[in-house]
Amino acid sequence: MSASHPEKTGITEAPESAQETFAEAAPGTGVPAVVLDEKAKKSWFNRLPIVSHLRQSVGLQRGMLITGLVLCGLVLICAVFAPLIAPYGYNQLGTSEGNFGATLPPSAEHIWGTTVGGYDVFSRVIWGAQTAVAVIVVAVVASLFLGVALGLISGYLGGWLDRILVVIADAVYAFPTLLLALVMAIAISGGQSSAWGGIAAAALSITVVFIPQYFRVVRAETLRLKAEPFVESAIVLGASKTRIIGKHIFRNATRTLPLIFTLNSSEAILTLAGLGFLGFGIEPTSAAEWGYDLNKALPDVTSGVWWTSVYPGLAIVLTVLGFTLVGESMNDLNDPRLRVRRKAKTKAGAAGARDRKAEA
Amino acid sequence: MSAAISQPEAAEPTAAVKKAPGSGLGRYVLIRFLLIIPTIFILTTLVFFLMRITGDPITAALGGRLTREQLAERVAAAGYDRPILVQYFEYMGNLLRGDFGTTVSDGQPVTEVLLTYGAATVELVFYALIVAFIIGIPFGMIAAYKRDKTPDAVLRILAILGYATPVFFAGMILKLVFGVFWPILPVAGRGTTETEYIMSGVVDPTRFYIIDAIRIGNFEVLGDVLAHAVLPAVALGILTAGVFLRLVRTNLIGTLGQQYIDSGRSRGISEFRLVTKHAYRPALIPIITVMGMQIALMLAGAVLTETTFEWKGLGFKLAEYLTARDFVAVQGIVVFLAVIVAFTNFLVDVIAAFIDPRVRY
Amino acid sequence: MSAHQTGSGTTGSGPILDVDHLDVTFSTDAGDVHAVKDLSLEVRPGEVLAIVGESGSGKTVTARSILGLLPETAQRSGAVVLSGSNVLSVAPEQLRQMRGSDVAMVFQEPSTALNPVFTVGWQIAEGLRAHHRRASRSELRTKAIAAMEQVGIPDAAHRFDYYPHQFSGGQKQRIVIAMALALGAKLIVADEPTTALDVTVQAEILDLLRDLRDTTGTAIVLITHNMGVVADLADRVAVMYRGDLIEVSPVDTLFSDPKEQYTRDLLAAVPKLGSTVAGSRKAAVVDERNRATAPAAGEERDPATASASTPTSVERDGDATASAREPVVVAKDLDIVYPGGIGRPDFHAVSAVSFDIRAGEVYGLVGESGSGKTTIGRAIAGLTRASGGSLSVLGHEMVGFKEGGFRPIRRRIGFVFQDPAASFNPHLTIGECIAEPFAIHRREMTARDRQSRVLELLDSVQLPAEYAGRYPHELSGGQRQRASLARGLALDPELLIADEPTSALDVSVQAKVLELFVELQNRFDFAALFISHDLAVVDMLSDRIGVLYHGRLLEEGTGEQVLGAPSNDYTKRLIASLPVPDPAEQKERRELARQLRVASGA
Repeated sequence: MSASHPEKTGITEAPESAQETFAEAAPGTGVPAVVLDEKAKKSWFNRLPIVSHLRQSVGLQRGMLITGLVLCGLVLICAVFAPLIAPYGYNQLGTSEGNFGATLPPSAEHIWGTTVGGYDVFSRVIWGAQTAVAVIVVAVVASLFLGVALGLISGYLGGWLDRILVVIADAVYAFPTLLLALVMAIAISGGQSSAWGGIAAAALSITVVFIPQYFRVVRAETLRLKAEPFVESAIVLGASKTRIIGKHIFRNATRTLPLIFTLNSSEAILTLAGLGFLGFGIEPTSAAEWGYDLNKALPDVTSGVWWTSVYPGLAIVLTVLGFTLVGESMNDLNDPRLRVRRKAKTKAGAAGARDRKAEA
Repeated sequence: MSAAISQPEAAEPTAAVKKAPGSGLGRYVLIRFLLIIPTIFILTTLVFFLMRITGDPITAALGGRLTREQLAERVAAAGYDRPILVQYFEYMGNLLRGDFGTTVSDGQPVTEVLLTYGAATVELVFYALIVAFIIGIPFGMIAAYKRDKTPDAVLRILAILGYATPVFFAGMILKLVFGVFWPILPVAGRGTTETEYIMSGVVDPTRFYIIDAIRIGNFEVLGDVLAHAVLPAVALGILTAGVFLRLVRTNLIGTLGQQYIDSGRSRGISEFRLVTKHAYRPALIPIITVMGMQIALMLAGAVLTETTFEWKGLGFKLAEYLTARDFVAVQGIVVFLAVIVAFTNFLVDVIAAFIDPRVRY
Repeated sequence: MSAHQTGSGTTGSGPILDVDHLDVTFSTDAGDVHAVKDLSLEVRPGEVLAIVGESGSGKTVTARSILGLLPETAQRSGAVVLSGSNVLSVAPEQLRQMRGSDVAMVFQEPSTALNPVFTVGWQIAEGLRAHHRRASRSELRTKAIAAMEQVGIPDAAHRFDYYPHQFSGGQKQRIVIAMALALGAKLIVADEPTTALDVTVQAEILDLLRDLRDTTGTAIVLITHNMGVVADLADRVAVMYRGDLIEVSPVDTLFSDPKEQYTRDLLAAVPKLGSTVAGSRKAAVVDERNRATAPAAGEERDPATASASTPTSVERDGDATASAREPVVVAKDLDIVYPGGIGRPDFHAVSAVSFDIRAGEVYGLVGESGSGKTTIGRAIAGLTRASGGSLSVLGHEMVGFKEGGFRPIRRRIGFVFQDPAASFNPHLTIGECIAEPFAIHRREMTARDRQSRVLELLDSVQLPAEYAGRYPHELSGGQRQRASLARGLALDPELLIADEPTSALDVSVQAKVLELFVELQNRFDFAALFISHDLAVVDMLSDRIGVLYHGRLLEEGTGEQVLGAPSNDYTKRLIASLPVPDPAEQKERRELARQLRVASGA
């Protein structure tokens, strides 16, 4: 078949493909978009979100991403190996030799001192990582599933269901996160917390707060994708709604979720800490929670007892910092406008003229 | 030079926009305002039913302390034994009349609590906003101007640290540094006992201490009030400043990638002016919209800041009522704060629309 | 005011711009891209130098280098000497001063080149302010208004305070030109200045640029991919291909006697009015007639058929059978209205349009932006709802249709979208995408049957079998559009709707996709609705053409009837505005277009 019309325009087949991989990123920018082909020859491993981001990053962005990953890794290690790392239990008040004593300054036995309630600060900070990670996992995963499902359905089907869900999501979205979590905590546990129920209550409260965020993002993406030619071509073909949502929209609409996941993780920790600080945390006997410890340390501050607040506080800051750094770096790398690229290495001579990055 | 060397295109109308000037903004404001109603309705309903899932407020507050009969009597007297829908409609009706109910723990009208302590919260948020604007906007511009260079890197990391730090931890550190190790600033309350005494004597108070202090012309009190405001404002302000910095930077960089910036650059307009004028104004529209959303964050932050610094505002009272398990008061304060957020978002959207000529004309 | 003819320059001085061994390399994720290779060029005062090339040729990078507007990641060497200073090595402050006063730029997309939140007057004045620090507000205003008047903005003093969105696309481009003009730059770099505009507006902007050159002696570097625009405006032409300068010739020589093979190929690929695609039914008909009458006359009208004058296996009686066969689509007083929402008037995209498409016929629908041509195509495919009149597609009424009832019909319709990059799901392979129709309508097919059918389809669109396993982003634009055709034809449709299928492609690629389209149409004998803004393309392959304007069908008939003897004023103006790749002919057409414009009461 291909030989039926040999040379009509005189331009042979070869240059077409070669020349068009060189198309411009956006018309008129003159920046070549070979970028589009970046995924062409990479293995599945290199296409994983974090891994591909790490490979793309340069300089400061790479530094931020690596720092963030290291911090997140540290928190995870503390959470998983808490029983091995922490010298004492989170609710341990003393050994067989007697109680530790309250507000002891840092010493050999208690490297970060003890709290006003007589707990070992270091141990509680380590155990706190476990609580934090558990809450993040439950809250973010639950809200992810519900938010994504609602967003896909609402965005694609439209109509009254969509309008109602949007109004509700917008109302909840505008609600101060902490206050909503507070109301949820009251609704779930009546404001009392017991054992793992406390963690579940905190996690569920945060879930409700985050569902609208995922809902909004996924719905907006779905609406955008609905107008894309590849979805329209499926409509023209007569594909069923479930097929279009499941096969064509779902994977494309969820591209940005790793990013929201990390940013929400940090918000989840801050909300958990806020709840704990307001006295809705988890009782010291059932689990260790940084926000609760900070609440109990509040009166210490004025008397100069710094170790009870600084360590759990720093634990929160570093955990949030870790997740935020990962999220921010991913955000930068996903957004071509914010992404820093390597400089071309050839002919570094004549670059006297300085001008600004004018990227597409 | 000749005038009009060639004819304007015939095929096109002279002005692309045919709608009457002014009508766009007016309609936008109206529609946006009408959107507040379902928002507030949903929020109040949501909060009402969530707070009632685990039972009535009297049992929650006094559960362990009274006998079963006493409790039932109190519950019936307050009408909490009626069907939940009846209570709901009564509650909504009362809300419309500005009646938020009566607290269980100290028997005060919630509306009274809101009016007494609301001013303190607004005052704190106002101070914090000033701190956030002073730090966030100029430094966000600098970061965008010096993007991908050292100043940008330093500023970004500081910004991330700013919002990675829980506001109460920032407050505790500030208390530790400026109250204990280097005691130069007051760390608790809105004023000294003496100031509070003078303030309680003000006739027809606005309850904004700074305004009241100016009204009575007592500059010693004014100084004291301001000194007390510094640490809470900084604690809450730094958090918001980090968010603002990032917001300004990201939006400015986005706008700087637009073709009209290149167009300006190609005509010899300086880089500084491009950042501060040509890119800033278009970037301002999304910046303002997102800043409006930060009001929710700031109010939540205010609750925590007030608890940290014993700043007697709504947040401080909220924590008190939470400890007392007084859910009527909690519900009232939460609903009130949510309504404030809804109205602020509306105002901010209107301001953003006013800046955008595409909506205005 | 002297009129420049050849661009030899009245001042008689040296070149205003001297590009000397310019070399630019970008870093991208896929490695370094050598965008411009050792390029040397000169522009003399008052001259229009066109730089032409297809995408990836490096023409835009060259243009931006002249103003020093390349991203920091670009490495460059060589020199760009402008008024005695090298743009690549001067200090930033000096570069800033040179921009605007020595050289200014006109951008492709006028709506993005203007800041949406400042008035146009302020924006023009802002450039002046950058170069005249002490100018007073009223001075700036006077100068800006003068510039606006110069580019033909009526009532400039009043419109000084308008925002960009209050102007039409053509007027915005005039304002962008006024910005360059106000600063008195001796050189204007115009990067695809008319690509985003409709042809009738394009003709006016080209006139404006020519007048400016003639009255002010401004030199212009015109970046374009459109050979018609080159023929219209350029004095000299530089052809670029993949970063290399292929040839530089005076405009007449380039079109009459191109030196390089690449230039010849490029010119041959440009669609021309009255030409046909070899092998098409239309070509056969024209061919037949040519043989009957004088062959020389036919030769003149369609040079492209020369290479394929041997008749192929096409039915000779194309015209006769087409009109005799049953209609596939019948539109009668079709209205399509987009509801406006609260307080906003409805938008009438299509009003009272009647036409039909018969089995095996190619119906070309042509119109400018906002004419409603795409809306009609979408309504036929059931993507947009028709609101009034009647639209019957394969016997199914589309006004008020229900998806369930229409679904069985869908398998008989194929659709090819404009944007080849967006019309495939990025997560599916080309093979999976082409097999989608089978997965939906031929559930009973085995995986093996599907596979072999996909390979057959790939072969029929001349793509190698291994492409079935590739992802869409691994294909070039032209290849993707072939694959898109394969998907459209998977179920042997009776009707294919092609919405601007080649407008995102380079001309050489477009030529081959059109050829393929014709070949497939001959082979599978489907009816087609071919939607395009490009008269020449529509004319090349359509049996009948409809001209749409603001939602109304102005004229309908065979290519010869509509384009040869248009009865409607708008059609006449549309045809006259289309620049042709022949400088001498274009000069005549330009005059005609101008007269028509004056006659239409502008």
